[in-house]
Amino acid sequence: MRTATNPFVFTGCVELRQALDVHALDERELLDRLREVPIDSIFFHTHGYFLRHRPFTTAWGNDFARWAAVEVRDQVLAERLAVVDPFAVETLDDLREELALIIDGHLRGLGAVVRLPFARGFHFQQSRLVEVPLGPSAISLREFRDGLAAVDASAIYLHMVHARARRGRGSSDFAEWLRTSLGLPALADRIARLDAYLTTLERVRGRLLNLVDGALEEEGE
Amino acid sequence: MSRIAEYRQVAPQGTVDIIERLAERVRGRRLLHVSGSRLGGGSAEVLRATVPILGDLGIDTRWEITGGDPAYYATVRALQAALEGGERVLTEDGLERYLAMNRVSARKLDLEADLVLAHDVPPASLVEARAGGRWIWRCHFDCSGAQHGAWAFFRPLVERFDAAVFSLPQYAHRLGVPAFILHPSIDPLSDRNRELTPREMQTVLAALRVPQDKPLLLQVGPFTRGHDPLGVVNAYRLVKKHHDVRLVLAGTAEDDGESLEILANLRDAAQEDRDILILELPVDAHVQLNALQRAAMIVLQKSVHEGFDLGPAEAMWKGKPVIGGATGGVAQQILHEVTGYIVRSVEGAAFRIRHLLNNREQIPRMGAAGREHARRAFLITRHLLDYLALMVHLAP
Repeated sequence: MRTATNPFVFTGCVELRQALDVHALDERELLDRLREVPIDSIFFHTHGYFLRHRPFTTAWGNDFARWAAVEVRDQVLAERLAVVDPFAVETLDDLREELALIIDGHLRGLGAVVRLPFARGFHFQQSRLVEVPLGPSAISLREFRDGLAAVDASAIYLHMVHARARRGRGSSDFAEWLRTSLGLPALADRIARLDAYLTTLERVRGRLLNLVDGALEEEGE
Repeated sequence: MSRIAEYRQVAPQGTVDIIERLAERVRGRRLLHVSGSRLGGGSAEVLRATVPILGDLGIDTRWEITGGDPAYYATVRALQAALEGGERVLTEDGLERYLAMNRVSARKLDLEADLVLAHDVPPASLVEARAGGRWIWRCHFDCSGAQHGAWAFFRPLVERFDAAVFSLPQYAHRLGVPAFILHPSIDPLSDRNRELTPREMQTVLAALRVPQDKPLLLQVGPFTRGHDPLGVVNAYRLVKKHHDVRLVLAGTAEDDGESLEILANLRDAAQEDRDILILELPVDAHVQLNALQRAAMIVLQKSVHEGFDLGPAEAMWKGKPVIGGATGGVAQQILHEVTGYIVRSVEGAAFRIRHLLNNREQIPRMGAAGREHARRAFLITRHLLDYLALMVHLAP
C-alpha cells in the first residue's frame, strides 16, 4: 500500500459573515460599489456562494447575478453575470474587473436604471472563515477516500474552492497532496480538471469519490 | 447521551463533529448572554436550547436577565419600537430611568465573562459597566429605519460594544463597530418542531376541531397587518373557486385596536365560509402549531413586514412547500421555485397555490428540498457553530 510522506488533514470551516455598510440600490451603484469594496467581498459574493448554497444546484452562480434576476428583475444582466466562472479567472482582481466590465457594458445600453427600496438593495458583505481541523488524518489513498466520504461539506469547499482562489494555489489541496505527498500525479491531474462551477459541494464530493475509487481500482485495492 | 449527541440524527453530516472540535478550542471560556426575558419564542427559545448544550460542551455559559420597574419596561418597549422605525415619544425622564435601572442590574449581576452577548434593547446599556472581556450587541430586529431621536440616544451605547450582530445585512444601521450577520434558527427537537406520532397528530387536530378531509392551507402568525392574514383569506378565495380546500389561520391577537379589528374581519370571513378556520392560540401552543404545520399541504407566510419570522423554516423542516411574501427574512428562507415561492401580491399567492394543487407531484419534491435547506441553514446546530466561531474569533 502506497503511503504519504505527509498526512492529509481534513479541515472544515465556519463562515462568519460581516456586513460592510456598503449598499447598491440600482445597477449603476452596483458598478460603483463593486469597484470600491475590499477584495474579500468579491470573494464572498462569488466563490462563497458555493458554500452557502451547498445543498442545491446554484442557479445563478454568484450573488450579483442572483440580485439582478430576483430583485432588479433584469434577466439580461443576470444571465451575463451568471456565466462568469470564478474558477476560470486567475485572480480576484481580474474577477472584479470582469464583473465590472459586464455591468458597465450593460449599463451603456440602458436608458434608465430601476431604483429599489433599501431592503431590496444589494448589501455587500465579506466573511472570515474559522478553520476547524477534522480528524483523523489520512496517509493512504484508502484513508483519504474514507475521510472524503465522511467529512462535513465545508471541508470540500475549503480544500477545493478556498485553497485555489484565496490562498493563491494553482490547484486544490487534494490535488496538491495526491501529487506531492502520495505520488499520484495522474489522479491529481484528473482532480485539478474537475469543474466545480454551477454544481453543489455534495456533487463535487461524489465526483471526487468516483475519481478516487477509480484510482484505488487501478492500484488493485 | 449528551445533549449535542441527540442532534446527530437531525443535523447535516459532520456538523456535530465541527461543533465539538470548535468547542475544544474555547473550552473553559466564559460566555454570558444577557436578555430581557427567559420567556417567549424567538431569541429566548434559541437561548433555552443552546445555553445547556454549550455548557455540556465545556463552555462556562450563563444567561442573566435585566429588569426594572414599570417605567423601565415602558421605556424599553417605546425605545425598541422607535428603533424599529415606529413613531414614539421618548422622554428624557424615561430614558434616564432605563439607564438607571440597568445600572442597578449591573451592580447585581455578575457580568464577568470572556464574551458577553447583550440581546436587543433591555440589557444594552449594561455595556456602560463593562469591565473585561469582549462585548457584542445582538440585535434581533430591523433597526435600519430607526427614528432619528431614538438612534441618537442608542448609537453611542452600541458603539461601546466590540461588535454587533444582526439577522440580515439590511437590518443593520450605520455603526463604527464590525457588524456580523447571523440568521435565527429553530430547534428541531423542541415541541414546536419534533416528530409527532400519528396518534398525537390525531389527538391535537381533533382538539383543535380541524377536520382532515380536504387539503389544508395554513398560515401561522399574529393577526396583525404585518402578517397580512386578510390577504391570505383573499388568496384562498381566489383558489377556492377551483379547488375544494380549507384555510387555517393560527396565531395570536395583539391587544391593540388594529389587531382586534383584523381579528373581527377574519371572524366575519369564517362566519361566511365554514372552510376558513381562525384559531386563536396561546403563545405556548407549540405542539398544536407543530401538528397544524405537519397536517398542512401548503404553508403560507404572506408577511408584508420586514421581520425574520421563522415560520418558513419550521414548515420547510416539516417537508412543506412555503409560499411567502417578498420581505426580509421570509424571502431569505425560501429558495424560489426550489423550496417554495416568493410572492408580491394576493394574486401571486393564489396563482402559486393553484399551480401546486394542479401539479401535486411537485409538493413532496419541494418539501424534501425545503427540509434539506432548513437542515443546513436554519437549525440551532448552525447557530451553535456561529456562536462558537464568534468565540474563536473574538475571544480566542
